Amino acid sequence: MLNIKNIETYYDLICAVRGVSLRVEAKSITAILGNNGAGKSTLLKTIMGLIEDQPDKGTIEFCGEAIDRKDTEEIVRRGISFVPEGREVFEELTVRENLLAGAFIRKNRNRIDGDINTVYTYFPILGKRRNQWAGTLSGGEQQMLAIGRALMSRPKLMLLDEPSLGLSPVLVKEIFSIIKTIHADGVTIILVEQNAKMALSLADTGYIMENGRFVLAGTSAELMDDENVQEFYLGVRSDTSSKGYQRWKRKKVWR
Amino acid sequence: MIDFIQTIVSGIAAGSSYALMGLAMVLIYKTSEVPNFAQGELALAASFFAYMIMESFGLSFFLALPCALSFAFLLGCFLEFLVLRRAKTPNILSMIVITIGLEMILLGLVSWKFGADQKTMPFPISPYDSMAIGNIFISTLELVTVFVVLAIMAALYLLLRFSKMGLAMKATQQNTMAARLMGIRANRVLNLTWGLSSVVGAIAGLLIAPTLMHPYMMWDPLLKGFAAAVMGGMTSLPGAVSGAFLLGIIENIFGTYISIEFKAVVAFAIIVIILCIKPSGLFARHYVKKV
Ligand SMILES: Nc1ncnc2c1ncn2[C@@H]1O[C@H](COP(=O)(O)OP(=O)(O)O)[C@@H](O)[C@H]1O
Ligand SMILES: [Mg+2]
Repeated sequence: MLNIKNIETYYDLICAVRGVSLRVEAKSITAILGNNGAGKSTLLKTIMGLIEDQPDKGTIEFCGEAIDRKDTEEIVRRGISFVPEGREVFEELTVRENLLAGAFIRKNRNRIDGDINTVYTYFPILGKRRNQWAGTLSGGEQQMLAIGRALMSRPKLMLLDEPSLGLSPVLVKEIFSIIKTIHADGVTIILVEQNAKMALSLADTGYIMENGRFVLAGTSAELMDDENVQEFYLGVRSDTSSKGYQRWKRKKVWR
Repeated sequence: MIDFIQTIVSGIAAGSSYALMGLAMVLIYKTSEVPNFAQGELALAASFFAYMIMESFGLSFFLALPCALSFAFLLGCFLEFLVLRRAKTPNILSMIVITIGLEMILLGLVSWKFGADQKTMPFPISPYDSMAIGNIFISTLELVTVFVVLAIMAALYLLLRFSKMGLAMKATQQNTMAARLMGIRANRVLNLTWGLSSVVGAIAGLLIAPTLMHPYMMWDPLLKGFAAAVMGGMTSLPGAVSGAFLLGIIENIFGTYISIEFKAVVAFAIIVIILCIKPSGLFARHYVKKV
């Protein structure tokens, strides 16, 4: 469905994505894990065409057509939607208006109203707050709204950038269960996360990103069994060596 | 008492042309966050365009009106597309300087083409007709202007509140990146807003032109419309209109009872005071961002 070949993305002279290739099959969930500053958000933004004149090198194909360097507005119309890091809801629009904005590229009002109600059944709290300004919602509610809004365009592929960031464990569970539901409804998903455990429990395949590159790839099960992933992303400590030694070793293994 | 009511009515009448300019500026400020100082001269160009096609081609006013408004719309879109969009990494200050530059260019063009002398714009209502409501007098043209202001305010309100275009405008203003992620063509929205705002300003120009028509005719309405918009919080349509009426009234009361010489200055004294006391404007809805 999505086929990325060897892309590089620059912010002026800083290279934030250095030759990433990625194939995403229809109806799959792909997790991309990595620490702060690894380039995960930059990768998603590049796919969405949000970084002007990027990718500098490489190609991105969606459903067999090239989408690299196309306008964001055009890419959204092809059927990709994006839940950005930090929610980015329209703060001075009501919850309902936010959802309507999400359906901007669609015409049929009846179906749009139907989908708004579907979002309210996914997230009942949004139904209760439908006439409230989005800026007055809590962080968790805003995240739900951002996901609901991204659903409103009826995407084929949905990119989520750290949906669990800053949320309580209960809310994280709720968000992830909704992502599961969305996937069950036939939406392909790319999930960027720092919460590796939750992400891998959901995903079919995963990639580990460091310094703008994928350094490890595999099925979720393979990654969860990997010693380094366990130590650095899943918080399973090995007790034989000091942390500094492990860090050095990890670099040795992955480059 | 009758005198006092008369003063207020005349104040509202004077405020209505400020209100139109204020509405035009708020529209642009809402989407682009630029106070557009070229607004007055956009209106000036449209008014002189109407004058020109009526004088040279003998068009009737009712034919010239849609032509002038279309001209205003295209000119607004054109300036946004040609100049403001080119400004890479725009900051507010450079945008303001650009709009002032545009203002001077348009003013220069109009002065050069038509000369600086006073013209008379053919208009279906004579500026000397007036109507009496009881003992209160108001000129017919002013009464028409007041109704036009209220109608335009209502139309803009409905547009922003209920139409898809209005939603796109608000979304673009609040978060351009997110708007683009919804498939809203943010550049096009900005462009249309400039066109629309230019039309609103041009209506002000066309209503002022029958009484006063020379290259500097839009100076006073522009500055006071801007002042009114600031009083209204710069993003509120009803705020700008109330601010404009209030400004007109205060100005008139001051001119009638205190000092006619300082009438023009009083507006700005009030702005300074209001901004000192309540910097977000009198009518701004307060919204505190959650951290
Ligand atoms: N707008 C920007 N301008 C310049 N550099 C940026 C910008 N955004 C991110 N970067 C840099 O690009 C790298 C990758 O950032 P990002 O993609 O946000 O990482 P992640 O999402 O994995 O935390 C970082 O080194 C960051 O400093
Ligand atoms: Mg990030």
